[in-house]
Amino acid sequence: MTLKIERDQRRFQQIVRGKVRANLRKYISHGEMIGRKNKELVSIPVPQLDVPRFRFGDNGNGGVGQGEGEEGTPVGKGGQQRPGGQGEAGCDPGDGHLMEVDMTLEELADLLGDELELPRIEPKGNAQMTQEKAKYNSIRSTGPEALRHKKRTYLKALRRQISTGVYEPANPRVVPIKQDQQYRSWNTIDKPEVNAAVLYMMDVSGSMTDEQKQIVRTAAFWIDTWLSRQYDGIETRYIIHDAAAKEVDEQTFYHTRESGGTRISSAYKVCAQLFENELPPSDWNLYCFQFSDGDNWGEDNDQAFEILKEQILPHVNLYCYGQVESPYGSGEYLGHLEGRFGDRYEALITAELEDNDAIYDAIKTFLGTGR
Amino acid sequence: MLEIEPLPKEISDIQVEMEGYARGHGLDFFPTIFELIDADQLNAIAARGGFPVRYPHWRFGMEYESLSKGYSYGLQKIYEMVINNDPCYAYLMRSNGLIDQKLVIAHVYGHSDFFKNNFWFSKTNRKMMDGMANHGARIRRYMDEVGGEEVEEFIDAVSSIDDLIDIHSPFIKRREDRSRYSFEEKEKQETRPAKFPAKDYMDAFINPPGAIGTKKEDEEESPRQVPEHPEQDVMLFLLERAPLSAWQADVLAMLRDEAYYFAPQGQTKIMNEGWASYWHSTLMTRQGLAPGDLIHYCDHHSGTLAMSPAKLNPYKVGIELFRDIESRWNRGAFGQDYDDCDDRQERRDWDKQTGLGKEKIFEVRKVHNDLTFIDTFLTLDFVREHKMFRFGYNEHTEYYEIESREFPKVKQQLLTSLTNMGRPKIVVEEGNYRNRGELYLKHHYTGVELDLDYARDTLVNLEKLWQRPVHIETILEERAAVVSFDGDDQKIDWGEPVEVNGIDSLGLPNGGAS
Repeated sequence: MTLKIERDQRRFQQIVRGKVRANLRKYISHGEMIGRKNKELVSIPVPQLDVPRFRFGDNGNGGVGQGEGEEGTPVGKGGQQRPGGQGEAGCDPGDGHLMEVDMTLEELADLLGDELELPRIEPKGNAQMTQEKAKYNSIRSTGPEALRHKKRTYLKALRRQISTGVYEPANPRVVPIKQDQQYRSWNTIDKPEVNAAVLYMMDVSGSMTDEQKQIVRTAAFWIDTWLSRQYDGIETRYIIHDAAAKEVDEQTFYHTRESGGTRISSAYKVCAQLFENELPPSDWNLYCFQFSDGDNWGEDNDQAFEILKEQILPHVNLYCYGQVESPYGSGEYLGHLEGRFGDRYEALITAELEDNDAIYDAIKTFLGTGR
Repeated sequence: MLEIEPLPKEISDIQVEMEGYARGHGLDFFPTIFELIDADQLNAIAARGGFPVRYPHWRFGMEYESLSKGYSYGLQKIYEMVINNDPCYAYLMRSNGLIDQKLVIAHVYGHSDFFKNNFWFSKTNRKMMDGMANHGARIRRYMDEVGGEEVEEFIDAVSSIDDLIDIHSPFIKRREDRSRYSFEEKEKQETRPAKFPAKDYMDAFINPPGAIGTKKEDEEESPRQVPEHPEQDVMLFLLERAPLSAWQADVLAMLRDEAYYFAPQGQTKIMNEGWASYWHSTLMTRQGLAPGDLIHYCDHHSGTLAMSPAKLNPYKVGIELFRDIESRWNRGAFGQDYDDCDDRQERRDWDKQTGLGKEKIFEVRKVHNDLTFIDTFLTLDFVREHKMFRFGYNEHTEYYEIESREFPKVKQQLLTSLTNMGRPKIVVEEGNYRNRGELYLKHHYTGVELDLDYARDTLVNLEKLWQRPVHIETILEERAAVVSFDGDDQKIDWGEPVEVNGIDSLGLPNGGAS
């Protein structure tokens, strides 16, 4: 059998990748287009790669159907592609005109890297930590019932019955006995420990609206995607703050809205404590991303800059400040930050995110240093 | 080619059994070879239009992905594939149960008989299995010689116009073939007025040069319209006139052959599936079915014939029409007397014991295609009984909605969507438009406008082949319009608003079988 459909399939996938890459800017600014399938897979809508032919549009078009219904009963939505296969009798409204393509996060990250020309990151230090992990990849003859491998058990029973001559093909009954039982079992393997940590800090005071948070969320998705590709695994932490700060989980991070004032220094304090207690900079490649609308209490700036300079900037690979434009925020912090530090710290990078479209450039700025 | 693996005994037994029944009913088919393959292989073959070996192209990969996804999610399943070839090849899916296989085998014999006997298939290449493999080998060789991407890009462009063929041309000679390498014109130029016999030294006086060259330049070179008559076989026109290299011409010619090979299947979808379903149902219920298998058979059979509101199921309409014809001709329910009868009860009870049903359906499967089949045999009673309706597009709601259940409208709509296989009719009007070597196509408007986005993309591909600006005259938003592409820019020249009538008032567009 010389079926080389794989060649056609590969070529098709290559073309799809090209399409995704060509539309990457759109996907980056509209993160919601990308559906998360599971931990490793995402699905991306791409325009159907149809061979264009002269064909009928909706205007004046119609067909014949069968079934119940009064005049005026809708049978399908217009404006969508109908399958154009040769010899379709009548025409069939419906059938979506976008197709979903599955892609692994790694592939997506590679596309992102190619398109934005992101340099690969050289991990700092040589901290190699390993961790023991259990992997269920073997079989034993004893174990808990919950781990019983039914197929193997029956195979073994069948083999036993055939070899002892008990098996009758005309009456194929296979009854496992105790010696036939097979159970799944595990081996421990050493896996390299995660060695990069990403800390997101966000201002959740009243002036940050849902729209701004959506921008943050989209940007964070792409940052995670890229950094995960560069390290074996990443640890992600979230810090929210208004006048006080705390560490939270991802869900809380995006859905909390407080009404208090804003003290950025409080978030820096939590961040510095994390470095001290849980994420020692000697073992970790640290990445900090701070998003805010640029509002801060004037007298807090000095304290914030002090912590940033002494306890954060010396330890991190990157400290990125993304200022999201908000109708309520003053947007002053960015100016103060730049005024205070200028270009003196390589690890310090700032960007302004006025809307979704700016995410593309912000990511390029943030990750374009290869640190 | 596939490696032929002998069929398992239980299936080859079924084949022998069903083949016997089929012959007994008078079916006349090509020798039919069945192969048992697994779902993945079946999807791969189906993705290539039924052929195991074809030229490489990404759209087969796309089709394969969609088929295997649909299969693995349990949304769709292909039961069988039959290839119009002598011998006829049919693929069975390994994982199907025996009753399914039996039904499918019966179905396949119906198709095989149809391929062999239906007039519209009479000009197709019956060695297409080899033909497709040869096309594949030649195209792969071109890919090695000039580069995969270049060939692929050319195939993409050609595929864009592979429905612009004249499906009746295998049967009608519209004009003399024109060879790319014809020397005819040169020979013509050499015909001169007769010379007077003269000795060498007297020749210049007896036959002075001026007198011989009497024919006027402009008379000889009078610009003939190209093409002389509008031509529907755009692929052929390009093959003859477009500036193609040798490999490009060969690829275009191959893809055109394939388009003509597939065309009759598009022209006879309802009949072909109807005929095959008629026979699987007849063979199974009269002979093939054991009592215990009945439920399973019914389940499969009804699944095949399921109706959905927005899509006409060709299996369903086809089998019901064949049964209707058989019953009417058995009862003598046709001809002047029957047509003139207005009494419903009398029509229903009409029975003249003519018994011509079987003869009639065999005749129908021989001479008709879907268009003439529906035109001749779709009756008011049938449309009522099968709850057929016509739907149309409502611009305000942006939905397709049921428009009418009136018989003439339903029939008219069905005929329209079968005309030219449901494709817009497009002809080459001029190959030297504005005397600048530009290509001018014309869309024969029949009440439905072209999809502008697709038309534009198609023009882009067409320009790649013609290598000069291309135009298409059509009607958009109820105004005459010429859409053009000159290699860089798209343009629309708007003309006068035209009176747009629905297809109802146009009668049969373009004489029906355009």
